[in-house]
Amino acid sequence: MSVRALIITAPGINCDAELAHAFREAGALVDTLPLLRLSRHPALVDGFKLIGLPGGFSYGDDIAAGRVLATLIRKQLYPALVAAIERGCPMIAPCNGFQVAVQAGLLPGPPPGGEWPPEPAQPSVALSINSNATFRDCWTPVEVPEDSACIWTRGIDFDGPQGVLPSAHGEGRFISADPMLRQLGLSRQIALCYREGSNFNGSSRRIAGICDPSGLVLGLMPHPERFTRWTQHPEWTRLDPALRSQTPPGLQMFRNAVEHAASVGVA
Amino acid sequence: MPSTAVPTSDAPARPRIHRFEVQPAAGHTDPVGESLTRSLARLDPDHAPSEVRHAAIYLIEGALSIEQLDRIGRELLANPITEQFEIGAAPIQSGVSLVEVHPLPGVTDPAAESVQVAVQAMLGIEVEVRTGDRYDLVGVEPDTATALIEATCANPVVHDLHVEPYLPRTFPQGTARPFEVREVPIRHLDGAALDRLSREAHLFLNRTEMQAIQAFYETAGREPREIELETLAQTWSEHCVHKTLKATINYREVDPGQGVSITGTSEDRPHHVRISDQKIRIDNLLKSTVAAATHELMDDGIDWCLSVFVDNAGIIAFDKEHAVCFKVETHNHPSAIEPYGGAATGIGGCIRDIMGTGLAARPVAATDVFCVAPPDIASIPKGCLHPTRVLRQVVAGVRDYGNRMGIPTVNGAVWFDDKYVGNPLVYCGCIGVMPRSAVEGAPGRGDRIIALGGRTGRDGIHGATFSSAELTDTHADEFSHAVQIGNPIVEKTALDAILAMRDEHGGCLFTAITDCGAGGFSSAVGEMGEALGATVTLETAPLKYSGLTPTETWISEAQERMVLAVPRHNLVRLAEICEEYQVEFADIGEFGNDQRELVLLHADQELGRLPMKFLHDGVPMPTREAIWDPEWARKTYHHIDVSKAALSSDIPVGGSLLDETALLLSHPNIASKEWIIRQYDHEVQGGSVVKPLVGIGGGGPSDAAVIRPVLESATGLAIANGIATGLAVDPYLMGLAAIDECVRNLVCVGADPDRIAILDNFCWPGCDDPHWLGSLVRAAEACYDGAKAYRTPFISGKDSLNNQFTTEEGQSIRIPPTLLISGMGIVEDSDRAVTMDLKAKGNVLLLVGLTSYTLGGSHYAALAGLVQGDLPLVDLEAGPANARGVAELIRTGMVRAAHDVSDGGLLVAIAEMAFAGGLGVQVDLNMVPVDDDVDQVERAFAETPSRYLLELSRKDVSRAQKILGGVPSAVIGKIRDSGKMEIVNNIDPCECSLEFLRDAWSRGCDRALGEES
Repeated sequence: MSVRALIITAPGINCDAELAHAFREAGALVDTLPLLRLSRHPALVDGFKLIGLPGGFSYGDDIAAGRVLATLIRKQLYPALVAAIERGCPMIAPCNGFQVAVQAGLLPGPPPGGEWPPEPAQPSVALSINSNATFRDCWTPVEVPEDSACIWTRGIDFDGPQGVLPSAHGEGRFISADPMLRQLGLSRQIALCYREGSNFNGSSRRIAGICDPSGLVLGLMPHPERFTRWTQHPEWTRLDPALRSQTPPGLQMFRNAVEHAASVGVA
Repeated sequence: MPSTAVPTSDAPARPRIHRFEVQPAAGHTDPVGESLTRSLARLDPDHAPSEVRHAAIYLIEGALSIEQLDRIGRELLANPITEQFEIGAAPIQSGVSLVEVHPLPGVTDPAAESVQVAVQAMLGIEVEVRTGDRYDLVGVEPDTATALIEATCANPVVHDLHVEPYLPRTFPQGTARPFEVREVPIRHLDGAALDRLSREAHLFLNRTEMQAIQAFYETAGREPREIELETLAQTWSEHCVHKTLKATINYREVDPGQGVSITGTSEDRPHHVRISDQKIRIDNLLKSTVAAATHELMDDGIDWCLSVFVDNAGIIAFDKEHAVCFKVETHNHPSAIEPYGGAATGIGGCIRDIMGTGLAARPVAATDVFCVAPPDIASIPKGCLHPTRVLRQVVAGVRDYGNRMGIPTVNGAVWFDDKYVGNPLVYCGCIGVMPRSAVEGAPGRGDRIIALGGRTGRDGIHGATFSSAELTDTHADEFSHAVQIGNPIVEKTALDAILAMRDEHGGCLFTAITDCGAGGFSSAVGEMGEALGATVTLETAPLKYSGLTPTETWISEAQERMVLAVPRHNLVRLAEICEEYQVEFADIGEFGNDQRELVLLHADQELGRLPMKFLHDGVPMPTREAIWDPEWARKTYHHIDVSKAALSSDIPVGGSLLDETALLLSHPNIASKEWIIRQYDHEVQGGSVVKPLVGIGGGGPSDAAVIRPVLESATGLAIANGIATGLAVDPYLMGLAAIDECVRNLVCVGADPDRIAILDNFCWPGCDDPHWLGSLVRAAEACYDGAKAYRTPFISGKDSLNNQFTTEEGQSIRIPPTLLISGMGIVEDSDRAVTMDLKAKGNVLLLVGLTSYTLGGSHYAALAGLVQGDLPLVDLEAGPANARGVAELIRTGMVRAAHDVSDGGLLVAIAEMAFAGGLGVQVDLNMVPVDDDVDQVERAFAETPSRYLLELSRKDVSRAQKILGGVPSAVIGKIRDSGKMEIVNNIDPCECSLEFLRDAWSRGCDRALGEES
């Protein structure tokens, strides 16, 4: 039986179609719904086993990336989303989704072993303007910390020419106070890092993505949904055909989540 | 200094303006300030500030309590981790000069609109917001500070500068103005008076046209009303009807020069009538050349053109279910005045064209080509912006609009010439995909006229200004002309809503759609209602602010607006979709009336009434004289200006062939455009197959982009362009070379040459002089000959025919005639697309096509100071044959890399392939197939068209040459794992490291921008 994925859009979101495509390629059925409809009918969220907050420039990102959409989600949809996570629903938030999630109280989530607070927490990490102050589209080699709790990146081999992901953003510099950084490491919430020498946006500890303590909610600046087929790889015409017969890492991330969602016995 | 405006908590909150400053928190970096510090240090190291600190300013007007203000600052405006906010203004420290930049009243302020939405959601309170930026410049005097900010991040056309923290008591408001139905008496006017009226009323119509209007009203027995004259002026403008390109032209050829004689071949050309030996008459130049080629090709078996020249974009079949459409526009004049807003609204307008094609297409890719003066130009005339600033800001404009719309900008070029100094060219293209059932639409009688998207303001009304009587801001008068700042999110929500309406289960909710571009509602409704008539109630159009007259509403060119024809029974569903997608719409009238008229009403009062027939067919098409005299062209226009100073200073001039190659690689036309490409999200939508940068680490320039416009389908679409102003001295040669280049680029990535459609964009210096018109005719004739020979139909085009700048001294700086050819081609299986980087040692390089001695017009010739020289003429038999031969080889799968030989010539192309692949290459110029006696330099650097470089396995060479048949080819090089490029068997053998070549190429663009570190 297929699992259903919910993709939430809002004015200025523009990576909803590619995210939907990635979920479909991984075997999910997808519905894309505007935030406004979900805010009025939060119970709609209950019917889904996977959730995606896509990339884009929500409400223009004119104050700061994700700020307005995060404000709306805090006010209108936070309880429904937390309920979904609590019943085991994997959630992915690439790029603008990540910027929204960290400001909407969805990441880094509750303290390890703790409950989600009923009201969204104040942000404890930030995605700030890239250190060189410009938007940049590039592929970078990435790595997953060995003990990461994240269910999305589990078991994926990022060692080799396939171990790259595309990024495209102007505000992706991960910043947090040292105690928080230490805690993220201790609670295995660092889900993805740019490799040494590839930290193009100047993130603390080269962090490209984090997850909540359960590992279900993944926020990341790169776009794994843009690496679901080999011809998206920037050097695909040079890659060994044997490598190209394997599943691209981006697609594998979505397969991991779909498999996980299917294994969780939620209606 | 304004006092800090904090209300006390016990006083009732009264509406007033509150000022917020948001800046980096202590211990956090200030990327905006630091980046500006670096830019200013580059601009003028002697007067640069030691530091610039940036703060974002928000002015919020509303009845807000202190708690509410605090929440707005804490939760909305400042990031609690990295930023701090202050209500009021931080004091200016000693030794620091403050400059604040605020948008002028009426200028779109997207951040302000976002804050309004968010405050409403957070607090349920309506507020009015303006935003700005504060810069604290350390260690410079106030005057210097203002000058520096003006030179980098403010433009008086759209910005207001303050040297103290800005906190107005109230925001300027528009006030409703009474209006009257004004008649403009013209029936009694003589010719001179008509001219005067046309000029003073900004109608820009010539005397013949004014007389046609006069005759119409004489017959009608009344005087025109103001709104009718405005409507006629808009509809009959060069921009809308292409009067020059559609005119009847008497063309005289003094001597054909190097290109083909048009008079001598007139018998083979449709609607070309010989008048005498040297003179022919061409009825409707566009129809007889560009469009004629397409129609002849369609008659001759091309069955995949679905809509050509009639809609906002040309449409071709993509696969059984989908069609793709392509449009390229220019936005030159607005970009000269305000490059950021000009380029952004340029791409925004082109995207709307795609949204308004057929029954709406979904934009899937954008293109951009910029023509600017080189950064080291000797002198910049007063009134022109510095070319570096122009280039940076047009890039930023395309970036901010395209990225926010989520449309990947995948292909482009930057072209440098001194003569673009006062009049840069900004070409913006957009490609869309649609179901084949949505290719055509037509309004039905009784359909409502629905305006959707942005509201209407005074934006872009010619010569219109906010009058100071209405506004308190003294600078408001400067808000002028066609300069606008766009708001891409308004356009994005409109797009989302329109696609939802198109794909509605029960069928498309609208019967026709178009965008509001030049001429605003006047053009959009006028065009849509041409067959049926239309009645418009102008008071129903949503306005940005009060105070617009109905005429202003009618002709405003405000951005982000679409017009739809919607059957009445679909209005309820349409309203639901708009509500959910947060898009505004209004019902502003009805299509269809008995007399097929355009009827303009305001609160039941008739403001104007014009028959559609007169509006659309009444414009007199004059006969124009055109002369082609190659001698005049040579005297008037030399070829490309290139300055050596812009090039690498560490490469010896007059060194070996490889030194020259490196020099050419660092030429700004040829050098890497990575700094631009990576600012664009060129992979959004997930369809990317061949990116603009390919090879190891994206270290090489791709000939074309390939995307999968329909993610579920492996069919690809290749996108490329061709431009050849080096040959502008004969636009016939230039036109053919541009078509050939565009086809080469597409074929190299795997496009099927039998499924390529192209577009023409003529940017001419002027057509007032018969000589310039003669040069335009030759370019148009090249389009006809080229399209037919290559079997690449033109599907759409556009012209901008007055690109010159008059200096204070009255001297005209005219751009070189510039024809951009844009193209798209179907790639049958995108999994088999080819890139240009060399793949494996042991393989060989096969050069396809003959090299000729013609160095004229080449980059090498310009560098070497060769002013004259024979120019290359595309061989219209060999060119298409070579393209098809190469495509056939690619189809077999034996081609590991393909690259066209283009700007800079053979060695430049080989060097690019080599460093992109990180291997090495050995080249023997003696093996180059030539058409005559061709020396080593010519072999190395001539820009002979129709040539391709292919990487093959050695064992495949004989099979390849067999497939190529009569197409000339030869193995000219070997791929080695040496990290070097070597020229062997030469009088002057030489070698160099690939690093040396890559470095010249990759640093060339930084150097061009004066950014070399």
